[in-house]
Amino acid sequence: MTGARIALAVAAVALLAAVPVLGNDYTVSLGISLLMFGVLATAWGMFSGPTRYISLASVSFFGLGSYVTAVFADQLPFVALLGIALVVGAALSLIVGLTTLRLSGMYFVIFTFGMTELVRQLVTWYEANVTRSIGRYVFVDTSPGEIYWKLLALFVLVLATAAWAARSRLGFALRLIGEDEAASRHCGVDTTRAKLTMFVLSSVFMVLVGAIVAPRWTYIDPSIAFNAQISFQVVIMALLGGVGAFWGPLLGVVPLVFLFELLIKYFPNHFSIVLGLVFLLIVYALPRGVLGWMQGWGRRRTEPKP
Amino acid sequence: MSAGAPDREPVLSLEAVSRSFGGLRAVDSLSFEVFRGEIVGLLGPNGSGKTTAMNLISGALMPDSGRIRFAGQDIAGLPPHRIARAGIARTFQLVRVFKTMTVRENVRASAIFGGRAPAGPLEAFVDAQIDKVGLRPQADRLAGEITYIDQKRVELARALAAQPRVLLLDEWLAGLNPTELGVAMELIRSLRGGDVTVLMVEHVMDAIRSVCDRCVVMNAGGKIAEGPPARVLADPAVITAYLGDDDA
Repeated sequence: MTGARIALAVAAVALLAAVPVLGNDYTVSLGISLLMFGVLATAWGMFSGPTRYISLASVSFFGLGSYVTAVFADQLPFVALLGIALVVGAALSLIVGLTTLRLSGMYFVIFTFGMTELVRQLVTWYEANVTRSIGRYVFVDTSPGEIYWKLLALFVLVLATAAWAARSRLGFALRLIGEDEAASRHCGVDTTRAKLTMFVLSSVFMVLVGAIVAPRWTYIDPSIAFNAQISFQVVIMALLGGVGAFWGPLLGVVPLVFLFELLIKYFPNHFSIVLGLVFLLIVYALPRGVLGWMQGWGRRRTEPKP
Repeated sequence: MSAGAPDREPVLSLEAVSRSFGGLRAVDSLSFEVFRGEIVGLLGPNGSGKTTAMNLISGALMPDSGRIRFAGQDIAGLPPHRIARAGIARTFQLVRVFKTMTVRENVRASAIFGGRAPAGPLEAFVDAQIDKVGLRPQADRLAGEITYIDQKRVELARALAAQPRVLLLDEWLAGLNPTELGVAMELIRSLRGGDVTVLMVEHVMDAIRSVCDRCVVMNAGGKIAEGPPARVLADPAVITAYLGDDDA
């Protein structure tokens, strides 16, 4: 990174950090949505981008993080919550990874989706039979601004991690897996270890988002925390943006968060239908995302036809 | 070249290796040895188990029984990346390059993850492998956008970048026109004298005669002949395997 780029990044973060001071409740709430999906989509892209394994498990990690906060928030300090979220998230992602990463293509997609449902049902069963109450109140002494700042810190961290990963040996191994997994094995890539490492790393960020955002809801139950729609939204955003670069998913996060805001305001009852249509449109019109479209456009401009 | 002198230690040896798919014994108690510096042809009619044998050696498939010794170690059943790192590189019967990566990235993959780490700067080493197969002008193009023979060259450069002790070529010459074939055979010959040992599955008889030191012929999963190409190709058992009996 050049000095100018670092300066630009620092300025951007400073500007974002000023939002809770300068803006009103609505801008902060919008900022929280943007940052929440920004972290989720970037983390999703770190694994699914290079490997081309489309994961629908995002919300199981996000929901798990929310539950960690809901269960322990009144007994433990925030840092301890993050610690617990980290450990539990790493453990769950290891289990999910070990059971699903041997599958490929459609089987992986379906299995990660099924896994999310399983986690949701398990939590529901536990709440119904052990705690005897499906829902929980999340009482945390915090403010929207504080949540926003915590998310911003996580956002900076996930971007730094993704930037590092894209240039690392691990990132190269994951790209080779996405190109041709069998051939990469014969080149000496330990594919299981590479996939598992990045899956866990990516999932841990998702768990942390859930742990930080949970107080926004004040009340959660399994159908809120493990709402499969979140997984789909993350995938749509990342695909719209494009996963060819670590910052690609952000290009999808910004327009879609605004679109979802509008949908919830004007078409609250048709949200899912419009979401599905948007999904179809993106896959047909921009198969490689905004990023791929920009690169193709740039190439056409700079390379005159022979 | 005194190929296959019995006093030498084999670099690769198969001992009664078998592998079945359902009721079909694709490789049936196969045994043979490959000595250091040799170019050995693995021949046989279609369906005789050659590619399965290659897949067993490279770890793409696990043998049901038998031992595969490589440099004194039993590698039968090890995962492919362990075998690759131990020093066995391969090409594929149907070309498998990393299509949306550049030629250079393809070769870099093995240089980084393969057997031995290159001495000296990585990029210079990668360029040297690309030069060996004559692909320097294409080095920055996407591997999926170049011609079929150039993709085969990418596979060879990628395999060589792992600095393997044994190189498995699975029908690497198939599908080339006569001019390309001449170039490709010259490339394989140029490997002789280095410390690479080559085991190649091949159907192109001219190539086998002019390139191989020794041949192993398979039929129905087992070995039916072994020796110098001229002698093996004149062997009645081999002719029968390819063409059938007189009264067939």
